[in-house]
Amino acid sequence: MKAELPISPDCVGPVIPKVAHFTAPLQLRSSAILPDYRLVYETYGELNAARSNAVLVCHALNASHHVAGWYADDPKDLGWWDNMVGPGKPLDTDRFFVIGINNIGGCHGSTGPSSIDPATGRPYGASFPVVTVEDWVAAQVRLADLLGIDRFCAVMGGSLGAMQALQWTIDQPKRVAHAIVIAGAPKLSTQNIAFNEVARQAIISDPDFHAGDYYAHGTVPRRGLRIARMIGHITYLSDDAMMERFGRVLRADDFRFHFDVDFEVESYLRYQGEKFAEYFDANTYLRITRALDYFDPAMKHGGNLTRAFQAAEASFLVVSFTSDWRFSPARSREIVKALLDNKRNVTYAEIDAPHGHDAFLLDDAHYHELVRAYFLRLAADISHGRTA
Amino acid sequence: MNAASLHARADFKVIARWIPEHARVLDLGCGDGSLLQFLAETRGVQGYGVEISPDNIVACVRNGVNVIQDDLETGLHEIEDAAFDFVILSQTLQAMRHTEDIVDEMLRVGQQAIVTFPNFGYWRNRLAVARGNMPVSRNLPYEWYDTPNVHLCTIDDFERFCTKRRVRICERVVLSDGSEVAALPNLLGQLAVYRFERQLGASPS
Repeated sequence: MKAELPISPDCVGPVIPKVAHFTAPLQLRSSAILPDYRLVYETYGELNAARSNAVLVCHALNASHHVAGWYADDPKDLGWWDNMVGPGKPLDTDRFFVIGINNIGGCHGSTGPSSIDPATGRPYGASFPVVTVEDWVAAQVRLADLLGIDRFCAVMGGSLGAMQALQWTIDQPKRVAHAIVIAGAPKLSTQNIAFNEVARQAIISDPDFHAGDYYAHGTVPRRGLRIARMIGHITYLSDDAMMERFGRVLRADDFRFHFDVDFEVESYLRYQGEKFAEYFDANTYLRITRALDYFDPAMKHGGNLTRAFQAAEASFLVVSFTSDWRFSPARSREIVKALLDNKRNVTYAEIDAPHGHDAFLLDDAHYHELVRAYFLRLAADISHGRTA
Repeated sequence: MNAASLHARADFKVIARWIPEHARVLDLGCGDGSLLQFLAETRGVQGYGVEISPDNIVACVRNGVNVIQDDLETGLHEIEDAAFDFVILSQTLQAMRHTEDIVDEMLRVGQQAIVTFPNFGYWRNRLAVARGNMPVSRNLPYEWYDTPNVHLCTIDDFERFCTKRRVRICERVVLSDGSEVAALPNLLGQLAVYRFERQLGASPS
């Protein structure tokens, strides 16, 4: 049986998600309180005796705790960062103990809007609080406590995951040695927020949304989710990448003078939207885009990002991609500047990649070589008993 | 001692001599980071390199050196005024298109600047030109058609430049085959190493 599965020597192989249940109430930034919560997580590799080789991988908008490997009952369900995490891969699970967590408010098993509210016995739905990146980090801290990890060797993420890595260095300066911040931003631009708002409005205005309590109505706001995903997809790709991939190729030989699919790109967007609406929870989508909008560590420092990072003690690897217009290199440079101002150790690389924001998930040789080199340094530090 | 310190170039040793313990150092065009690695090992500096080449960025990471990927020709926007004790430009000045701008930027972000460059006035270079050919040597390893060196100068040229730009030269070491040259530096020196700062009262241009 096992031999028939797509086993590759640099894949962590079959994995089993774990669940941690936290019964102490979690005070959220909105002042709401989550009385208790579950976190679904996966781990790869072994925690060393000194507990100094743990790496937390934070997920972005639509991903989850399933970072690497596959499930025995669904071998095609490969982790979202399987090209990055595994034995001999840039984040080498032969050397590091890697943890993926599904955040609260999510829809992959951690407590979220579709979970049962113990107070009512019904899904939280609209009553699930709006969560922030700070809240996610606070929830993740408790999992670190549970796993006996006082200090992460690294916290790593792309996009919204990068924001969590940054937040860790600010909120838990003693507990993170390195932050690996890929395709990140210190806050969303106005344009980013505008895109998120269109996506949310698509969901909220879907008649099947029922003000967030669609579970009780037995409906799913699929139309809204599809449109939200289509908009998102456009912004994750570069103009050039879309042109390269789809051009103006028609499905038929000529225009068909209708509003169904004529162009290949329409077919692609509809397919992506359809797929997404099948598995993703609309209430989660609203909350995750809001967490993106609200992320702004400089806000409580009068907009001064340098002051926001004053408490940080970590060393940083900041990576951006030239064609990423959603989280452009200029945004990463703002982070780098704030870190330089604070005399933090920082390395910044701008990867020449044509794919847009999605590049952080793709297998670019130079990008992966850079991350590999960085982790090899960390591995050398660990074996010499140095942790920063 | 690792490979970097064993094979430290003669100009690295001169630079290390000038830099106090734990100084903050910016190395522009840092290559694979070996100078910063050497300075970290010998002087305990907190250093950052600036590099444009993707391969060199990876090499710096391998060498455990902080590096920022950037184009020196467009300025050092991420760096505040006087953020560094020393800004180094090692064997890169002659390859810069905007020589005056980079010297200004070095003195903006650093208290002092250090440059090293191949002395075009070295007698072998002069001889090559007298014979009618552009010089090709260990310090100038390119043919005229593939050289990145667009602004070659002599020791004398550089010092005139400094006077004109109100730059005060603090110290100069001229090297030939790794040894210091005392007499006739503009004729006998292969490599010039300068430490300089903004002249007192000179306003940044």
